[in-house]
Amino acid sequence: MNTLLSRATPYLQATPLLLILGFFLALPILLLLVVSFWDYDFAGMYPDFMTLNYAESLGSWVTWKTYLNTLKFAAIVWAITAFVGFWVAYFLAFHVRSATTQMVLFLVCTVPFLTSNIIRMISWIPVLGRNGLINSGLVGAGIVEQPVEWLLYSDFAVILAMVHLYTLFMVTPIFNTMMRIDHSLVEAARDAGARDWQIIWNVILPLAKPGIAIGSIFVVTLVMADFSTVQVMSGGQSASVALMMRNQMSLLQYPAAAANAIVLLVLVLFMVAGILRIVDIRKEL
Amino acid sequence: MGQEKRSFGFYVLAAFFGLFVLFLYGPLSAVFILSFQGPQGGLTFPLNGVSLRWFQNLFETQAVGDFGASFTRSFLLGLLVMASTVLVSLLAGLAFRRKFVGATPLFYLTVASLVVPSIIVSLGIGVLFQQLGFRPAWFSSAFGAHLTWTLPFGVLIMFAVFNRFSPSYEEAARDLGASSWQTFAHVVLPMIAPSLIGVGLFGFSLSYDEFARTLMTSGSSNTLPLEIYGMTTNVTTPVLYALGTVTTVFSFLIILVTVGVILLMGRRRARA
Repeated sequence: MNTLLSRATPYLQATPLLLILGFFLALPILLLLVVSFWDYDFAGMYPDFMTLNYAESLGSWVTWKTYLNTLKFAAIVWAITAFVGFWVAYFLAFHVRSATTQMVLFLVCTVPFLTSNIIRMISWIPVLGRNGLINSGLVGAGIVEQPVEWLLYSDFAVILAMVHLYTLFMVTPIFNTMMRIDHSLVEAARDAGARDWQIIWNVILPLAKPGIAIGSIFVVTLVMADFSTVQVMSGGQSASVALMMRNQMSLLQYPAAAANAIVLLVLVLFMVAGILRIVDIRKEL
Repeated sequence: MGQEKRSFGFYVLAAFFGLFVLFLYGPLSAVFILSFQGPQGGLTFPLNGVSLRWFQNLFETQAVGDFGASFTRSFLLGLLVMASTVLVSLLAGLAFRRKFVGATPLFYLTVASLVVPSIIVSLGIGVLFQQLGFRPAWFSSAFGAHLTWTLPFGVLIMFAVFNRFSPSYEEAARDLGASSWQTFAHVVLPMIAPSLIGVGLFGFSLSYDEFARTLMTSGSSNTLPLEIYGMTTNVTTPVLYALGTVTTVFSFLIILVTVGVILLMGRRRARA
């Protein structure tokens, strides 16, 4: 009896997780897959099997442009956050000497990420706006005569806000893997005559790859799914796949939104699988 | 590195880090300062006097929507998500210490929960509730939607914790005649308590700020992030910044209290 209970224990312990993720993740996605083949009109949606939702979506030039635009945001934001994340983590892990200072500086980086995304987004408005800090500075200093218009409500603003929102998701995993690098490896490289940049390129970068991969997965999936930043910061002048879905949802075109959801999900999973092909992050846990 | 003199590279990197911190805090401080804008002031600098006008405005419900009620909802939802995340991740973490059939698929499902775009989760749960004939509400559908975001973090943190947890402590307790429940309650639990508090804090703040997953799942009443989102499109006074300041200060208070509790526990253990 006792051994039976003991053997059942892990199953009992894992059940709540399975039930929650089964009901609130797996089931809804399966349902979206089904609904994406349904018919709909202004009043509701009707069980059916038609591929029109996909055909309409993928057959339209607007959709392709939206996907390309989303991928463009993902690529640019990924490149910037990876660059910033690597050097910030490198500075913290290898140049800050005391463990306490390290932790304090790391916390300084994390604190802003604990406030609402939307608040952090709108905090750019008084900085970038037509009468914002940057423009009044530029005009005041006589560098430009008219306020620069493209600072706010532009692709530039979208990318800036996304970098602001998502860099921590890159810094944390890279910092985490770098903290586990044995410093004697760096010493050995130095004794063998390696210069600073050779150490970074040949020792630290390869060992930090799993962290970069995890950070990349976060940043890429977050950017691909983003609609609020694109909506608020572009002032409605730019589009993303998620924003397109959001608009279909507000028009109650759920089957069309579901078709887009499935396409987006497949795309994101392909990107994640691609990143996982380059590095094996399971070793990291 | 080590004991040598600071190199040129150090100063370049330190400057880069400083700029990064400025980039993180600069805009936030602009919002903070502007929330004290005078009654005639607008959304940008300069300050037209200093007042608490916009904070007052925040609590006059009719002016900007129902801030008090949405805050209460978000706070309660955060607590609910926090408690469930701690409990479920702890149990799952314990389960994954042993081998069981289906462990790998469950692990992949958990990781998938992290990469599935939040708007898809939101839409999926919204449609599911609609098809089942349930009314979506912040304490049911939004609660589940938030758990799909907080649980993977909780479970992965528990993974990391138990991977570095030496089983010799439990063996020692068992050798001394402790039952498996006693071993858990008196040995394992106190050792992982700080991590559990961390998981809880993480769960709370992720839920308190979660926006996309709440969009289709909160039903007819807004949570705080939804309220703020609504305000970005139709509010043109600094009351928006006042709301930003209040919620940010609230987040910081929660974090400070949590960090305080963790430090206190550490000190008490050091004394024991």
